[in-house]
Amino acid sequence: MVETSLFPADTDHVITTRQVNFFYGAVQALFDITMDIPGRRVTAFIGPSGCGKSTFLRIFNRMNDTIAGTRLEGEVLINGEDIYQKSNNVVHLRRKVGMVFQKSNPFPKSIFDNVAYGPRIHGIKDKQQLAGIVEQSLMRSALWDEVKDRLETNALGLSGGQQQRLCIARALAVGPEILLMDEPASALDPKSTIRIEDLIGELRNDYTIVIVTHNMQQAARISDYTAFFYEGRLVEFNATKKIFTKPREKQTEDYITGRFG
Amino acid sequence: MSTGKEQVIYWLIRMVMYAIVMVIGYIIFDIVWHGLPALSWDFISQYPRKGGAEGGILPAIVGTLSLLVGTIAVSLPLGICSAIYLSEYAEQSRFTAMIRLAIITLAGVPSIVYGLFGLGFFVLLLNFGTSILAGCLTLACMILPTIIVSSEEALRAVPSGYRDASLALGATKWETIRTNVLPYSLSGIITGSILGIGRAAGETAPILLTVAAFYLPRLPNSIFDQVMALPYHLYILATQHPEADKVLPLQYATALVLLLLVLGLSLGAIFIRIHFRKKYRW
Amino acid sequence: MWKDKAMRLLMVSAASTSICLVVLIFFFLARESAPFIVKPGLGALFDTQWIPVSFIKERFGLLPLITGSALVTGLSMLFTIPLSVLGAIYIAEIASPVEREFLKPFIELLASIPSVVLGFFGLMVLAPLIKHFFGLGTGLTALTGAFLLTLMAIPTVITLSEDAINSVPRAYKDASQALGASDLQTIFQVIIPAALPGIIAAIMLGTGRVIGETMAVLMVTGNSALMTWSPLAPVRTMTATIAAEMGEVSFGSIHYHSLFWIGLVLLAVTFILNIIAQRVLVRYGMMK
Repeated sequence: MVETSLFPADTDHVITTRQVNFFYGAVQALFDITMDIPGRRVTAFIGPSGCGKSTFLRIFNRMNDTIAGTRLEGEVLINGEDIYQKSNNVVHLRRKVGMVFQKSNPFPKSIFDNVAYGPRIHGIKDKQQLAGIVEQSLMRSALWDEVKDRLETNALGLSGGQQQRLCIARALAVGPEILLMDEPASALDPKSTIRIEDLIGELRNDYTIVIVTHNMQQAARISDYTAFFYEGRLVEFNATKKIFTKPREKQTEDYITGRFG
Repeated sequence: MSTGKEQVIYWLIRMVMYAIVMVIGYIIFDIVWHGLPALSWDFISQYPRKGGAEGGILPAIVGTLSLLVGTIAVSLPLGICSAIYLSEYAEQSRFTAMIRLAIITLAGVPSIVYGLFGLGFFVLLLNFGTSILAGCLTLACMILPTIIVSSEEALRAVPSGYRDASLALGATKWETIRTNVLPYSLSGIITGSILGIGRAAGETAPILLTVAAFYLPRLPNSIFDQVMALPYHLYILATQHPEADKVLPLQYATALVLLLLVLGLSLGAIFIRIHFRKKYRW
Repeated sequence: MWKDKAMRLLMVSAASTSICLVVLIFFFLARESAPFIVKPGLGALFDTQWIPVSFIKERFGLLPLITGSALVTGLSMLFTIPLSVLGAIYIAEIASPVEREFLKPFIELLASIPSVVLGFFGLMVLAPLIKHFFGLGTGLTALTGAFLLTLMAIPTVITLSEDAINSVPRAYKDASQALGASDLQTIFQVIIPAALPGIIAAIMLGTGRVIGETMAVLMVTGNSALMTWSPLAPVRTMTATIAAEMGEVSFGSIHYHSLFWIGLVLLAVTFILNIIAQRVLVRYGMMK
């Protein structure tokens, strides 16, 4: 069992799940997952492919809703609010919970329009205000210096690493509290990967970051806490240091020592 | 390496292919060759005289164009919305399966049956009379499946990552479709629609019973008027005219104008496809 | 959110119109043909003569029209099938990429030529040719119509057959060639058999198109409603009958209702062909 005592006493539990089961049609993908994810920390989800870590991540901004035939049991609370309550507004939720995808997916629009997309759909029309948000977001994602002179050029002209940082800027522009990252560096070269990792390090104090990764070194480098999933179950959740030095479970040990997966 | 015998077979297949190409080429050549001498500005811009034996084909051109505009106005919104439903909203359900079956069925209905339906439903039951309105609605029914199928294909070609990213930023489903799916598929939708409209421009059977006038040397005033139309005019000149031989140059010129209109639409569609393919690459 | 729901509703309603249309079309054809059952009765449709306007006795036998359509369609498919399948093989497997870029739009071009223009070409060029070649009194024959219909069916059948050939997994071809088969052996012994369901569906859809084609046959087949199986005789098809007579018929007469019966038969035949073709495509996983 996971004990909440693994966090320091003053930690806010921003995301809380209670006995979450998740189904794709008749197939159960997640089994009875209960965990607390601390605020303003980096939490990494690791595990072999198909273990359910991405599915679990996509529960937090209800992206699984877009797949037909999915069903969730249990409770998912963000800041104490049950996000799967009927009355909860998905649009509102996704404003608070940003997401960065595995495959960088900038829109085939200009760099400026990409970052301004979120604020615009949320009703900001003032040009100066938009320009301010775009600049701030690009600065936060460490892309500003590289693109400030070509904001009007098509985003698809950027390199893979730049595109991914643009996607991060785009997510930040909406002003989220939580940032979900689904293997954000898995399609990038090593140098770009390090830049993304540095960026996550810079963002950790202001955002609650949950990152799915299949790269254990990455999890060890950037996260404060690590959760290990196997076959749809949460096997172990602990401080990253402990997971990688003294795992409690045999399965965790086998995985991080490379015996399977 | 192929043997000599295989080479012979290859050449036979090649000959079949190029025989088809040559026949197509010859048809177009024949129409252009005989039609061009009779084609003039007067022919396009004047009213017919003496039952079509002299003068131009202005009312037929205007009639066909107004039919096309009306047909597009009805079928395009309906077709695009149907395609959006099928590509963006539809789940695997009986309802969706029924819609797909219906579209396949509509695509196979013979054009003369559309004509019969248009006559029974639009002309008689809804009492639109033999009119532009009835003709446009009938043609719109006919090209609806073409527009739906090509639009759906264009919408599905948009990578799902754009939809996910937009939704994850808090856009609603409709905002996502409007800002991040439709704009990128527009060229495909337009291309498919133009091809559909090209088909409508050349069809005679559906308008035969719903709108076309035998000889009406004036322009329409309202959507409840009858009009002349290019394909029907050609049919009349070629088969029903008392002095069919005398008006032969006019027949060829009419055929040429119709052919140019339809081929122009097709070429336009191909041009748009090439132009936009450069703009959005993913 | 209300806007989102409204848009969804709009899309659903738009998509539903297709279903409504199909129902309406069937309903209207049925409604307008129904009075015929009461008078003169269904049996009249099985007469061997079609003489809808007569001072002595009107006859509404669909048989000569059905044989007319069958003759023209059958002849046309006799030409269409080999030409289109070979054409599809050429485009998919033999042509160079440059050739393909040129051939495909050319075939599309043929598809976009209006049937009335083809009919006109048939009248001006093809009919005199056939008249002189066979030494006939008139060039307006079933064969003339069949030639034109072949031109109309070729684009459909070539394009769909080519899709079917392209959907054959590359691995089949590789495996065959690895076993030492020549390209031609691979095409005829591996690729064509594997693509056969798709080709058959393509032929059925082409047939549906040919049966329903109106203007070209109306212009060149001579329009004589006699029961015959001779390719060189004038015939009258179901479609041409509707097109030629609907304009002059008095509404509500027996003749009027009988024309809707022809429409109903046409609709049924094309509907069945279509459905079977789709079944074949779905069954063999060739649905795009």
